[in-house]
Amino acid sequence: MSNYDKWDWDTSKKKVADLSAWRERFPYIEEFRVSHDGEKVAAIVKNEDMEFTVCVQSEDNEPETWENGYDKAWNLQFGPDDRLSALVSDAGEWKVSTDDETWENGYDFIWNMKFNSNGNIAVSAQKELLYSVVNNDTPWENEFSRLTDMVISPDGDKTAAVVESVPVLESEIFKFRQGCYSIAVNGETWDRNFMNVWNPSFSDDSNHIAASVRTSYYDYYIVVDGKTWDKSFSSVWEPRFSPSSIEKSSITAPNGELLNKELHPHNYSVTAPVKRGGKWYLAKDGEIFWDRPYFQLWQQFYSPDGTKIAAIVAPEFGKWTIALDNTPWEIRFSDYLSDPLFSPDGNGVACLFKDKGKWGVAVDGKAWDCLFDMVWQPVFSNNGSHLAVKFKKDGFYHIALNGNIIDEKYDDLANPIFSPDNSSILVRGLQGSSYNRKVIKI
Amino acid sequence: MSEYKSVNEIKKDTKKNESKKIEDRGILNGLEQLTPEKIESVINQVINDETGARLKVYVDTCVHCGMCSKGCHFFLSLNDPKFSPAGKVKQTLWEILRKKGKVSTEFIKDAATVAYTQCNLCKRCAMYCPFGLDVAYVMSVMRRICHKLGVVPLYIQDTAHSHSATMNQMWVKDDEWVDTLMWQEEEAQEAMENLRIPLDREGADIFYSVIGPEPKFRAQLIFQAAVIMNAAHENWTMPSMPGWDNSDMCMFTGDYEMMERLKRRHFESALHLRAKRIVMGECGHAFRSVYDVGNRALGWKMPPIEVVHAIEYYNELFEQKKIKIKKKFDRPVTLHDPCNISRGRGLHEMARNIVNATCSEFIEMTPNREHNYCCSAGGGVINCGPPFKNARVESGKAKAKQLFAAKAKGAEVVIAPCHNCHGGLEDIIHHYGVEMELKFFGDIIYEILELPES
Repeated sequence: MSNYDKWDWDTSKKKVADLSAWRERFPYIEEFRVSHDGEKVAAIVKNEDMEFTVCVQSEDNEPETWENGYDKAWNLQFGPDDRLSALVSDAGEWKVSTDDETWENGYDFIWNMKFNSNGNIAVSAQKELLYSVVNNDTPWENEFSRLTDMVISPDGDKTAAVVESVPVLESEIFKFRQGCYSIAVNGETWDRNFMNVWNPSFSDDSNHIAASVRTSYYDYYIVVDGKTWDKSFSSVWEPRFSPSSIEKSSITAPNGELLNKELHPHNYSVTAPVKRGGKWYLAKDGEIFWDRPYFQLWQQFYSPDGTKIAAIVAPEFGKWTIALDNTPWEIRFSDYLSDPLFSPDGNGVACLFKDKGKWGVAVDGKAWDCLFDMVWQPVFSNNGSHLAVKFKKDGFYHIALNGNIIDEKYDDLANPIFSPDNSSILVRGLQGSSYNRKVIKI
Repeated sequence: MSEYKSVNEIKKDTKKNESKKIEDRGILNGLEQLTPEKIESVINQVINDETGARLKVYVDTCVHCGMCSKGCHFFLSLNDPKFSPAGKVKQTLWEILRKKGKVSTEFIKDAATVAYTQCNLCKRCAMYCPFGLDVAYVMSVMRRICHKLGVVPLYIQDTAHSHSATMNQMWVKDDEWVDTLMWQEEEAQEAMENLRIPLDREGADIFYSVIGPEPKFRAQLIFQAAVIMNAAHENWTMPSMPGWDNSDMCMFTGDYEMMERLKRRHFESALHLRAKRIVMGECGHAFRSVYDVGNRALGWKMPPIEVVHAIEYYNELFEQKKIKIKKKFDRPVTLHDPCNISRGRGLHEMARNIVNATCSEFIEMTPNREHNYCCSAGGGVINCGPPFKNARVESGKAKAKQLFAAKAKGAEVVIAPCHNCHGGLEDIIHHYGVEMELKFFGDIIYEILELPES
């Protein structure tokens, strides 16, 4: 997140854009996007020639459209560096356009735009029915007959995807069983093929990749850099690397990037949920790590220093909670758990829950009193002492801080961001036709 | 004349049916890789580790009374006790349990054929059993064994492979999916200016999901749904990434690990976008997978997000007056009740509400509602492909009679709110010369919909 510590944390309220002017000017407007720093609002619109383009507005400026218009534009996103990118098509050729500058290389189709924390951009691409990945306008040298699940490394230098390494035709079921899929990293495939490959994931030093695979209908493995764990399981979910660096005196930006970090490399390990005898366990580097059986277990996550691990679990059928270091919270939820995370200091754990049809927030085993119609990813302050969420209730969006509703209601709202010194919250939201940027002191 | 055949006639028919040897490479080549030890080991693993009181109660309680026979359209169509539900259990699980898994490859071949192609898992027989025994479950256990043995009909196995590699059942690639949505959006803009199929819209009220054949073969259904959603001014979305396909042939091959993976991806696609609920297109088996089987395999009593079948959604549109029609559809219609959403979910009265709201003349098929006959395509049977097509269509004779009876009363159009039912009924209509037209509710609603001015 560029210049996160240099954003305007002093101005209490700015009107970034009056969207009524947009509505008068454009016959067609898609969903609004707001920059991370809250200073710009953008949307895909149709210009006077009825071409797709992008309109951007910032405080004290008129809405301004990109000079270029296209047959189609989609997937508009502000990257972590707050540059604005979209996938655009002109005469059947698809390119990435960033701040109205298009890439040189074009494709028959591109999708799945991914950013690393510095704003590097990668997309999956198809040209003449062959598939590859394009990283900052540079395509892989090798192409494949099928490609999916593309990921970009934290340093932005590498991309990986699940590829069909041995072309297999529909109905060739016995060839399929022999293994026709692998992982390609920067276009180079591992030297081993599998029946299926899913969930590739980079280590945070960008040097390793883990994935889940199956080699037969009943042999599921975790594979790291092309080598499977010694033991197979009846099923597995996505593997995750332990943090490979310890940071000190750092600030975590909203995109997860560590600012002012000090790296202390240590050996990595890989954990994954594995199923054995009809129950789920957490395994580490091929061995059962949490020996307590769960009806379900997934989305394991680490404290920033890697010393603690937690996961979403169902200790019993239909009852969900968080297990921290293999000890489940006492509280249970009936419907769903999501977006679990540790606080930056590693002392707190929060998640969203849905119970009997209503959404809420749970922190360290206790549910907030307030319930919502919908709620978005929880955000910890950098010192871990505050937790904020965006939520929706009775048709309007709000911010809740530590279980209490703050500020006014909004017609649309971006996720809250804490200031680096933990004293304020940045609120970016639409009220009527005004897109406002507010800094609220805690 | 009695509707039942004499013993001699039955014997003759049984011989005739036995002579129809089915050759399927998925089954035959799969058998070549088996040994007696592997068969015994897999069977006992499934029976000991994956079944329990439910199977035991079903098997031990059955008194072989044969009351289930009248519940099965295979039996009603073919009049052969081999095709009675109890007869199918006799040819599969009873023998396996009796021999404690020591069965031959020939037995597995026949058992796979019975379980995958001679039972639609429609659960109608459970209503006719005095004890309510669920033979569909027993057939599912047999399928699970066959999956683990690698003895599965080729076409449905290929579909399950597609699910595992693409998260959809039709080998639709990631780019083809988005491209198809953009194409349908553009087409639909001819009907409604600036109409959108909004991709990945966060916080939408509706996450609309379809089955793989829609982008592959029936893209007009996405077009129609887009027009209906826009006419109703819905805040809706479709995902640009895998997770869009709600269907699930893995549930029917017995590949439950993949079924779980598919359902998790589907639910998480919707929940990641913070959608309020999933509205599914007109598909029966997908609803069974999302609403009943897949969610429970993952550990949820109910789906983690509200799941609404197209019938419930259309009914809501009319009840809440969210759309208007120009005039009612004026050809006489009859309604086929799909098993998974009628017997499985009880949506049959809602379906009739929609018929009454959209059509001027409705002629009931008999029997109907939860007693309706299966189309003979469900439970993955149609997905077993051409090697089994003739046998499948012959098992639809009872359905053909039903259609002829509705036609004799004046029905010209059959509404079938399920993709598999469409496939099965198309074949039956063609084979038996029924000469009726098939439609989805979406076809009817789109045809009579009054489009808003802007």
